[in-house]
Amino acid sequence: MYKIGVIGDRDSVLGFKSVGLDIYPTTEILEAKKILRKWAEGEYAIIYITEDLAVKLEKEIDKYKDSKLPAIIPIPNRDGPSGSGLINVKKAVERAVGADILFGGDK
Amino acid sequence: MERMNVKPTRMMLTSLKKRLKTATRGHKLLKDKRDELMKEFLAVAKENGTLRQEVESHLARVYRNFSMASAITSWEVMGESLMFPKQGVELSVDTKNIMSVEVPVFDFKTTAEDPSDIFPYGLARTSGDLDNSISELSEVFPMLLDLAGKEKETVLLAAELEKTRRRVNALEYVVIPRLQITIKYIQMKLDENERGNQTRLMKVKDMMIAEAIADKKAKDEAAIERAVNAN
Repeated sequence: MYKIGVIGDRDSVLGFKSVGLDIYPTTEILEAKKILRKWAEGEYAIIYITEDLAVKLEKEIDKYKDSKLPAIIPIPNRDGPSGSGLINVKKAVERAVGADILFGGDK
Repeated sequence: MERMNVKPTRMMLTSLKKRLKTATRGHKLLKDKRDELMKEFLAVAKENGTLRQEVESHLARVYRNFSMASAITSWEVMGESLMFPKQGVELSVDTKNIMSVEVPVFDFKTTAEDPSDIFPYGLARTSGDLDNSISELSEVFPMLLDLAGKEKETVLLAAELEKTRRRVNALEYVVIPRLQITIKYIQMKLDENERGNQTRLMKVKDMMIAEAIADKKAKDEAAIERAVNAN
């Protein structure tokens, strides 16, 4: 049985605890990196991470990009979506097709 | 296009021809795979984009309610209230095979005793905004899981698609033309050898004929001389 984890600042992640997810409130990049690595190698299949941390930990997240598990998914933090989550989808399209043909135009 | 550095022999020609055949066939197959993958991928990516936007707007609402709640209630009480969730989540992962790409399929079960009552706290000390926030969150939760699956699928398909695209291009623009050029080169070289051989044989034949004629002539002359002497 796999687990689901959420990493992000305290204000953003606390609510996820109530629906039964594991949370790790932090804003420290190094700490987040450590816990991300630990979870990714452990039994976590999905790790949600707030967008601001996800941007800073891009290299670390890219490591797990081509493996089946875990899925590391950026979610907006409480300041609202910064658009970097959608950028990931765009990037995937660009990688696959060679040009962004789906979400072009609006940034 | 540079030709391959090989010896122009008949054996090499045969093996190269075989390789060309395989490469052409592989190219055709990979092209089909690429087209199919592209179809799958574009559908998934589009879905992923809309799903993400939806989830983001839902989460924004969750956060708004949550901020309201935390403005009224102190952090200690909030932390305490959410410390022991009533609902647990059991996630199982299955795999799905799309064009030989293994993608995970997430399936979850919640382990709440009563799905309508997931609030892990008494209602006396917390504000209604927290209730709203949490019920909204539990509503958006299946979408969030769906998003995780879709997003992973998008990324994995993108990787495979990129690989396939590169392979198709390499075959189309490098491997196949190079093989064709090399085969042509060997063929020409072999033909050249053949022609060289032919002329050499013709020359040898000419020389042999000339020799034979000279021989014959000498014999005839000798015979004539003998006849003259006898008379």
